[in-house]
Amino acid sequence: MSGLWMTIQLSVVCILFSLVIGVVGAGMQGAKSAVLRAVVAGYIQFFRNTPPFVQLLFFYFALGQFTPTYSPDGWLEIPIISNVGWAIISLSFFAGAFNVEIFRAGVEAVPKSTQEAAEALGYTRLQIYGHIVFPLALRVSIPALNNNLVNLVKTTTQAFVIAVPELLYQSVTIWNDYPSAQYPMMTFLFFAYLGLVGVVVVGMNKWERTMRIPGYGG
Amino acid sequence: MAETNTATAVAAGDWTPEQPIVALNEVRKSFGDLEVLKGITFNVMKGEVICIIGPSGSGKSTLIRCVNALNPIDSGSIKVEGQEVHDAHLDKLALRKKVGMVFQQYNLFPHKTAIQNVMMAPVQVLKQDKAEVEERARKLIKKVRLEGKEDSYPGELSGGQQQRVAIARSLAMNPDIMLFDEVTAALDPETVKEVLVTIKELAQDGMTCMLVTHEMGFAREVADHIYFTDRGVIVEHGPPATFFSDAKDSRTQEFLGQIL
Repeated sequence: MSGLWMTIQLSVVCILFSLVIGVVGAGMQGAKSAVLRAVVAGYIQFFRNTPPFVQLLFFYFALGQFTPTYSPDGWLEIPIISNVGWAIISLSFFAGAFNVEIFRAGVEAVPKSTQEAAEALGYTRLQIYGHIVFPLALRVSIPALNNNLVNLVKTTTQAFVIAVPELLYQSVTIWNDYPSAQYPMMTFLFFAYLGLVGVVVVGMNKWERTMRIPGYGG
Repeated sequence: MAETNTATAVAAGDWTPEQPIVALNEVRKSFGDLEVLKGITFNVMKGEVICIIGPSGSGKSTLIRCVNALNPIDSGSIKVEGQEVHDAHLDKLALRKKVGMVFQQYNLFPHKTAIQNVMMAPVQVLKQDKAEVEERARKLIKKVRLEGKEDSYPGELSGGQQQRVAIARSLAMNPDIMLFDEVTAALDPETVKEVLVTIKELAQDGMTCMLVTHEMGFAREVADHIYFTDRGVIVEHGPPATFFSDAKDSRTQEFLGQIL
């Protein structure tokens, strides 16, 4: 049960961070600075084109070595970023890379002329993004976002590899200790993810409906 | 519509209402190798209504877009209330407050209702009091004859209605000058009329208006002065009475002959 809770926490936190990364990244892609745009492009290439499994290993084992540690009792050395922390960072950046692309497509769907009208009304670039481009882009992005967030929830199982005690890890631990529990646990796993992803999908669909504008975009 | 605002007054320097409210001097502008404005010079006085007519690609829209700095110019000068628009240190907000613009494609914000469209800029950009802006917005919606449509989204309105919301949206900023860029070109003949009536009333209220238009009848009726542009230069200009009846330039005659 603690595994289910961990999976939910991991999913929620990663969804939130990945959305923030998506919004900020898409905003940076429209920036004037070529350096900023190159940074975002590099980030997307790196995280989109490598497996999340490898990313988790890399973050935890490679980068984990360089993170400072603290010592509560003078003997132990505990890194300030735990394996759960690395899982959150790694998975958020992974899903965030896709979200940037999704939001970018949404941003590009907002007509230049609409932005120009805002400019003529005295809006600054940042205000245009916040008040006009983003609300419109978000609506265009929701269906694609839905897919990616579903994928993210499923990808949390891969945090298994760095021993994050999420649902899959705990289930495997259980059936290693009690071999007779293997088949029931596997069945439970299927239904647990079906339920979790179901909640995300229903939530996203509901959100999409409440965001619908009468007379706009079908 | 004239308002006293200290920031505007300071930015405008020693401009007085007796001087041209918009002054263009030898304005040149190129897109790549194509020179679209080849030295345009004219003045607009406060309260005047001027129409710019001419064939497609003659630089009419570019010209009007340069007046509120949506397009930069290459050389020459454009002064709005004495303030140089073509200036790197330009206070763009001060300029946009003075100059309202209405576009061919309305360009309303589709995720906001009609009244929200009108209220957005004064509240979000000018940080004015919401209740006060709403009162003004309701009056403006009434002025453009859209009472009852306050809570409709742009997608639920006809082209003519959307364009009138767009006019109200610009007016909500209390501009001194209004620019109209072929605002009826995307409308059917029936709805053209309702938009033109709105503009006409605005002109009669003393608003300074610069219109790019293909509506010759309308231009003749409301304009104080008509400018005919072709290939980036003003070929001919004059008050409508003389402009339409005895155009001197052969290019103007040919153009008018085709459409009248």
